[in-house]
Amino acid sequence: MSELAETAVLHEERRHSDDKTMFGFWTYIMTDCVLFASLFATYAVLHNNTFGGPSGRTLFSLPYVLVETLALLTSSFTCGLAVLAAQRGFKKQVLFWFALTALLGLVFLGMELHEFHDFVAQGASWRRSGFLSAFFTLVGTHGAHITAGLIWMITMMTQVARRGLTRGTLRRLQLLGLFWHFLDIVWIFIFTIVYLQGVSL
Amino acid sequence: MSEHAEVSTQDKGSFGLYSLGFFLSVVLTLAAYFLVQGYLRSGGTAFTRDFLIGAIVGLAVLQFFVQIFFFLHLGRETKPRWKLLVLFFMILVILILVLGSLWIMSNLNYRMTPQQINQYMQNQDGGI
Repeated sequence: MSELAETAVLHEERRHSDDKTMFGFWTYIMTDCVLFASLFATYAVLHNNTFGGPSGRTLFSLPYVLVETLALLTSSFTCGLAVLAAQRGFKKQVLFWFALTALLGLVFLGMELHEFHDFVAQGASWRRSGFLSAFFTLVGTHGAHITAGLIWMITMMTQVARRGLTRGTLRRLQLLGLFWHFLDIVWIFIFTIVYLQGVSL
Repeated sequence: MSEHAEVSTQDKGSFGLYSLGFFLSVVLTLAAYFLVQGYLRSGGTAFTRDFLIGAIVGLAVLQFFVQIFFFLHLGRETKPRWKLLVLFFMILVILILVLGSLWIMSNLNYRMTPQQINQYMQNQDGGI
């Protein structure tokens, strides 16, 4: 009887510490939002300062960015399904959904790098104007987060493949899911404020 | 196996909720996209630019709440809602940061005469 009670207490303590980790990570994500907010503010202040260089209207291709956006949105969805499968203990499904998520993330990152390369080749690099400096800083910072997320995802896939769905890997998978959803939410605002607004100026 | 269930009983989504969130997000993204495309095709005559900006920002904020609810499962937390509290604080900081910067910068623009701006730009050029 007392043994049962002890395990119950142990479970309760573990759940509590997992909740604490989740909350700590959530707080980190919120502070990261403040970082993005300051970059958004910089972009909003500088977006008209093209210094005679190209503006968003001439640079951005909306259909291209829409495909990029849908790739990231779908990856956020498949990432959610991966975490869901992890909570239910389906190891193969976890690996499948995360592989799909990583693939879509790579598509997104590849398209973004291709776009950057295109701009620089047209002479619209970050050195051209205040607008382009702010653009590359904001979108580039998001891209750096995506890169970090992809590295983390590949690490987690190896961990799950090797160790299976233990309490530790499950907790880290949930944090990764949180991080990936957050990156998609930031992208909604980049899509709206930088691209959609940029072409309609 | 039972431990898995133990660790993660609360605060979680389901396939249906994720799918609904995904569907709504796609609809909102496409709505904003076609609104802008329609505006561009009509040569900026379909509606005013202010309306367009207001509409797409509104759609983005709506999608923000959709994803917060369906993907991040906020609002289904158990009682001491710390995550929600931190989120509200973050939104407050962001509003002060973004609106404050825009206000200050537009005020500076307003208070400088074109002559002062030219003078300033020339001084800057001299430094390059």
